[in-house]
Amino acid sequence: MTGNVFVWLNDPLNWTGTRFQAGIIDQIGAHLWYTVIALVISGVIGFPLGLFIGHTGRATWLVSVANGLRALPTIGLLILLYVMISPLISGRGDAVYLVPTEIVLVLLALPAILANTYAGVRNVEPAVRDAARGMGMTDRQVLWQVELPNAMPLVFSGVRSAALQVIATATIAAYVGLEGLGRFVYDGLASRDFAQMAGGAVLVAALALVVDLVLALVQRYSVSRGVTGRFSRRAVHSDSREATITELEAAEELSSP
Amino acid sequence: MISATGSAPWDLFGYFADHRAEVLRLLWYHVWLSVLPVVLGLALSVPLGYLSRRYRWVYPPVVSVTGLLYTIPSLALFLLLPTLLGTRILDPVNVVIALTVYTVALLVRVVADGLAAVPEDVTAAATAMGLTRFQRLRKVELPLAVPVIAAGLRVATVANVSLVAIAGTIGIPELGQLFVTGFQLSVNGPYYPPIVLGIVLCVALALVLDALIVLGTRLSTPWRQVEAAR
Repeated sequence: MTGNVFVWLNDPLNWTGTRFQAGIIDQIGAHLWYTVIALVISGVIGFPLGLFIGHTGRATWLVSVANGLRALPTIGLLILLYVMISPLISGRGDAVYLVPTEIVLVLLALPAILANTYAGVRNVEPAVRDAARGMGMTDRQVLWQVELPNAMPLVFSGVRSAALQVIATATIAAYVGLEGLGRFVYDGLASRDFAQMAGGAVLVAALALVVDLVLALVQRYSVSRGVTGRFSRRAVHSDSREATITELEAAEELSSP
Repeated sequence: MISATGSAPWDLFGYFADHRAEVLRLLWYHVWLSVLPVVLGLALSVPLGYLSRRYRWVYPPVVSVTGLLYTIPSLALFLLLPTLLGTRILDPVNVVIALTVYTVALLVRVVADGLAAVPEDVTAAATAMGLTRFQRLRKVELPLAVPVIAAGLRVATVANVSLVAIAGTIGIPELGQLFVTGFQLSVNGPYYPPIVLGIVLCVALALVLDALIVLGTRLSTPWRQVEAAR
């Protein structure tokens, strides 16, 4: 069976696609497109909100709510929103699948970005913050020049965690009919074409690994070396796993008096 | 599968009454598929985490390999394991193995970091009292790392309950099947009961398991209550 997967992945027609089926290249593009939409929307909402909550200490209940969302089963939410929203949308391409999927994807990505940005700002050493104020920095300068750079490792681990969850869930969205790499998985499963199914799975795994690697590189070159090297040894290896624990810890800290 | 009850979200009780045996069977499978990987994962992560704490050179490869595994989306892993291990495609065993892999990936790091966070003077005191390395691990280091490990366990357990449901879309019986049923019955307008019932049961299961871990942590670390009361 392993052999068949390679045959499937090696067939140029599978990459370019035919008149009847979209190719791998198109589906990778679609998958990335869905991912980018979800990440941009949740970043635009979650990042400033996380900075605000972390900096001011106000509206912290939002972090607890975001953490509570984790208990919701994604596939259930996806199907629920799909059957709810799809009758309201008519015609026009894949909007019927895209709109409910993006809502679920944003609901997944938002808590990761919000909670980690919040925790990143909150975890800045009080002494560092005080030193900045003592130097005569204004409130705004403290936020942008001290708290934000120090929060960057956690912000990034939140974004990486969000990206992985979004890529994984966009795959499942093919079950309700969305395009993307999940198409190969579910089409292969439905037609008992196991080479196509496993090939799709390989591509999804590869896409997730590549996206995580790219984000790790961006993180490496955009986070101040002063932050990763000297102040926080934990941050050196920060990855998406850390983000999930940070979310829980941030919510825990808020709920205990 | 279609029943006499209505199709509104609040008809989930009627749906449950009509399909009681079936729903309970799915719930039971779901419990097994979510809990077993956590138990197996914990059993594997403690020695692995200890080794990567004890021998410095073990830590980087363990963290990066498990990090890679953690990156792979669950659906892909469910379907690739049969190719790698030679199991049957729709065997629930794939789900158990895949989720064990995720649990280990998450917990290994947590255990290693939790053990590393035990204060140096505490371990030194234990050594001075004549504890062997193993006794020190069992009686001092692991108990002190329990709160940290429990945080990882809670994340892994809650995530597992959600991930197990995904396996429903490839035909493995658990609560995810309720979503599939609801989806298939929604061709002529939404049919909510099984979908809402599935979500409610998944959330309830996640909350119950989470509460059990919190309770277990509290019982196994009595000194924290004493500290908190002070």
